Amino acid sequence: MAINWFKYSAPTTFYGLAGKLIPWFGVSAAILAAIALYIGFYVAPTDAIQGEFYRIIFIHVPASILSMFLYLIMAGYAALGLIFKTRLSSMMATAIAPTGALFAFISLWTGALWGKPMWGAWWMWDARLTSELILLFLYLGFIALHASIDDPRRADRAAALLAIVGSVNVPIIYFSVKWWNTLHQGSTIKFSGTSMHVAMQQAMFTMLVACWLYAIAVALMRVRSIILERERNTTWISELPEVKL
Amino acid sequence: MKKSSLLDLLVLVIRRDLVLAMRRRADVLTTLIFFVMVVSLFPLGVGPEMAMLRKMAAGVLWVAALLSSMLSLGRLFSADYLDGTLEQMMLAPQSLSMLVLGKMVAHWMVSGLPLVLMAPVLGLQFDMSVEALGVLILGLLLGSPVLSMIGAIGAALTLGLRGGGVLLSLLVLPLTIPVLIFGTGAVEAISSGLDITSHLSFLGALLLLALVFTPWVTAQALRISME
Repeated sequence: MAINWFKYSAPTTFYGLAGKLIPWFGVSAAILAAIALYIGFYVAPTDAIQGEFYRIIFIHVPASILSMFLYLIMAGYAALGLIFKTRLSSMMATAIAPTGALFAFISLWTGALWGKPMWGAWWMWDARLTSELILLFLYLGFIALHASIDDPRRADRAAALLAIVGSVNVPIIYFSVKWWNTLHQGSTIKFSGTSMHVAMQQAMFTMLVACWLYAIAVALMRVRSIILERERNTTWISELPEVKL
Repeated sequence: MKKSSLLDLLVLVIRRDLVLAMRRRADVLTTLIFFVMVVSLFPLGVGPEMAMLRKMAAGVLWVAALLSSMLSLGRLFSADYLDGTLEQMMLAPQSLSMLVLGKMVAHWMVSGLPLVLMAPVLGLQFDMSVEALGVLILGLLLGSPVLSMIGAIGAALTLGLRGGGVLLSLLVLPLTIPVLIFGTGAVEAISSGLDITSHLSFLGALLLLALVFTPWVTAQALRISME
């Protein structure tokens, strides 16, 4: 039996598939987030060193992980779109960018909230914080470049090139910032060496999965809007029941 | 194509861009004046204590160099784009990457090199020591071409866009952070009696990487922008 792997790489077919998938991802994200919050606030014990403040990591760590992975995924989709000229890949890259920027922002924000009681300062020029901030700048650059080019094809390709250049630069930036930091201040505050409690791990991983599902659901919703916007002059769009109304 | 003809092409493009720049000397001078002004504003902003100024001199000079190089990047391709020369260059049978490299080198000679030559004078205003000045110049010599080359990618991507200048800075500045870190790091190291070779080696490595990849990437960006 020959399976047509590329069936859903066309916006026409993917639009319907995405519509069917969104509720599944959205609902499971909400359920898992609720479970994670319950474990995080009621089951997980108070940390011996950090007290109650540590509980912010249940959202902080997943947001940081997602902000980094989403950049790579976005760059991957952008590269696919640039190399194979597949429209849907570029649309996916565009759809992922705001979610990635959002997670980078959440990561910085929650990091600041955690830093105030723990370090006594809202902001430290710590290597991780600084590279997260630079990552946010890279996202904003991608979004800004895409937004300022009117022709969607050129916008896709220009932004794709920027995303690729950015992803090549990310490791260089990360290591240089890390090194810069160790030069300036001898000791940085690190997590205590004690292993994490099981309930803490559960809360964090559940929240991580919830964030992934949320990101997928939102990216799919956004890509549906982009498809509608870009293909608005085609007949299949005008025959959609939600457009006909 | 023979090797010598590629070099000829490079020299030709550099000479052409330099002649064009010399015909519009005001552009070159404004970048330099901007650099001097930004650097001179810092003592006014943070106070005249020499100990503090000496400590922050390298950072101030590097950031000012970064900002002034952003200022002149918009002109890298725009004049050729507006009068159609760029289109002819892309139609030419010669390698577009090589043409782009020539333009980058010329741009650096016009906007980067004057800053490097001006930096010691400004460094003296900040009471930098002679060794620190030497390292600063060496770092700028290695680092400022990288700024021109990374900037060229941004300039090619934002060619002919509304509000290209601000957008260009937004795209390029995050990518230039490693250059800034190693450039200022070298000066910091010599001031505290540490070894500077690692910093300068990193700057050299960045320069080589940029030299290999950025002309090609910029050529691709130009193709995207011009189609």
